Amino acid sequence: MENVKSQENKQYRIALRNSGLIDPGDISDYIAFRGYEALGKVLTEMEPAEVAKMVKESGLRGRGGGGFPTGLKWEFTLKAPGDEKYLICNADEGDPGAFMDRSILEGDPHSLLEAMVIGGYATGANNGVIYIRAEYPLAIKRLQVAIDQAREMGFLGKDIFGSGFDFDLYLKLGAGAFVCGEETSLIQSVEGKRGEPTKKPPFPSESGYMGKPTTVNNVETFAAVPPIILNGPEWFQGIGTETSKGTKVFALAGDINNVGLVEVTMGTTLREIIFDIGGGIPGGAKFKAVQTGGPSGGVITELDLDTPIDYESLKNIGSMMGSGGMIVMDDSTCMVNIAKFFLEFTQDESCGKCTSCRVGTMRMYEILEKITNGEGTEQDLINLNDLARSVKDTALCGLGQTAPNPVLSTMNYYKHEYEDHVYNKKCTAGSCKALLSYSIDPEKCIGCTACLKVCPTNCIDGKAKEVHVIREDECIACNACFEACKFDAVIKP
Amino acid sequence: MKTFAELEAIRKKAQKDVRLRSGSGDVRVVVGMDNCGIEAGARQITIALMDEINKHNLQDVTVTQTECLGACRLEPMLELYEGEKKTTYVKLTPELARQIVTEHLVNGKTLKSQTIGVFER
Repeated sequence: MENVKSQENKQYRIALRNSGLIDPGDISDYIAFRGYEALGKVLTEMEPAEVAKMVKESGLRGRGGGGFPTGLKWEFTLKAPGDEKYLICNADEGDPGAFMDRSILEGDPHSLLEAMVIGGYATGANNGVIYIRAEYPLAIKRLQVAIDQAREMGFLGKDIFGSGFDFDLYLKLGAGAFVCGEETSLIQSVEGKRGEPTKKPPFPSESGYMGKPTTVNNVETFAAVPPIILNGPEWFQGIGTETSKGTKVFALAGDINNVGLVEVTMGTTLREIIFDIGGGIPGGAKFKAVQTGGPSGGVITELDLDTPIDYESLKNIGSMMGSGGMIVMDDSTCMVNIAKFFLEFTQDESCGKCTSCRVGTMRMYEILEKITNGEGTEQDLINLNDLARSVKDTALCGLGQTAPNPVLSTMNYYKHEYEDHVYNKKCTAGSCKALLSYSIDPEKCIGCTACLKVCPTNCIDGKAKEVHVIREDECIACNACFEACKFDAVIKP
Repeated sequence: MKTFAELEAIRKKAQKDVRLRSGSGDVRVVVGMDNCGIEAGARQITIALMDEINKHNLQDVTVTQTECLGACRLEPMLELYEGEKKTTYVKLTPELARQIVTEHLVNGKTLKSQTIGVFER
């Protein structure tokens, strides 16, 4: 995978250990790198409860964003009454700009299959489902090949390793709704119903798929399981911070030199990720903020760049771990616009079941639209803040509860930008078109007509060798004149 | 899959294959596998080479592929690197590929009749 930058010195690959090194279409390649050894060990030497306990002791937490201890989840399902249990892998990766799970699914599908059989054994489930989004055709193809190979070799099916344990799984293709990454809506979708969340409790570990005890884990979580079994929980305990163990994969995107995936130990600082591994901001621009956790997270400013990354510390600074999207922004980014962008996404993806999310995100989006159009008032700022807080408190599922995060964190750290938009009708970053007013410096303009020729709305007056003038009411702020002028005569706000 | 021993056996064999593909062996057999090579049958050549090398249990030989070697009319062809020395074999068949392994790699005798010098002046 070309996506994986090999800045090995700062990185530590556990989940991505085989990606790019093995042939994902050949099971023997995976076996050569100690594949299915952990499964053999689990099935021949350990009891289900021991496996769950081992994962619990390792300190592995859900990599999908919530950070719930994986071993504990497994124990709940194991202890839940009932002889029919299910294990579901959440491969519905929908954050904009995030592709951590895809690289595992495409580069190392067998590690997921192995971990799922282990998870099935540890939770008492004989059936598994991989819920994968249909937008990942290559991942689906490779997973299907891997499943066929594993079945043929007897890693899936009846009496695996002669232990008497049966496990099989199938792929369920999701239609790509963001809300289906939430476990209760995911289960609904697997059942063939509308992808809408249900209330918790009951938790899926008591009553999930078809009302049976169900465990839902993320791809990256599963990928960390075989190494834990092979190397022991103490090894995993030794990596990371006090509360968060192991490594996390991040997808670096936005205004950064090295775009791609990085896997670092918990406790690495954002500064190390962005400037050492990511190579800093292109074009010598200044760093402004980084958004972690995708549309559910918040912005992190320069001040907090030295925060060691783990679940708790990111929460403390108003963002969240999320699934690992990391969007870096330079100083030409308008924070109001960013909040609007993420809200546009969440209000579009809201399933519509609960009012606060369905209507709340829409109203917040409308207010932000108003502000970026230069029509915002003081009352809008107050309403936006109130609305954001009540949606956060009252939404039914994780999507709605976290949707206001981008608004709240940008309002917290970049209050002055909001105020600039509302009171001074100015966008300092220069990205809100309605608030831009272009003009021409009469001292620098030599009357070359270059800007005149590129203007799509013909709103620049002037003749050759005469100073040009922009008619502001017709200007659409397309920036074409600014780029065309060789004499820096066009003044951009 | 019934036992651990079975897995162990598969792994041993698989590791050998992986080493052959990515190893740091002293001798490299590089097969031209661009469209021209593949069309002329380079895939069969590579399979035959790997199979024959495995048969003789040669440890320090790596088989890799490269793109067009620049003489499509002589495909399938391969370059055999031994330190500083390079031998180019052209117009191969799977049988000839096996011969190259047994004669050149095992016995150390160049298969003169298939070298590029015979075909091109």
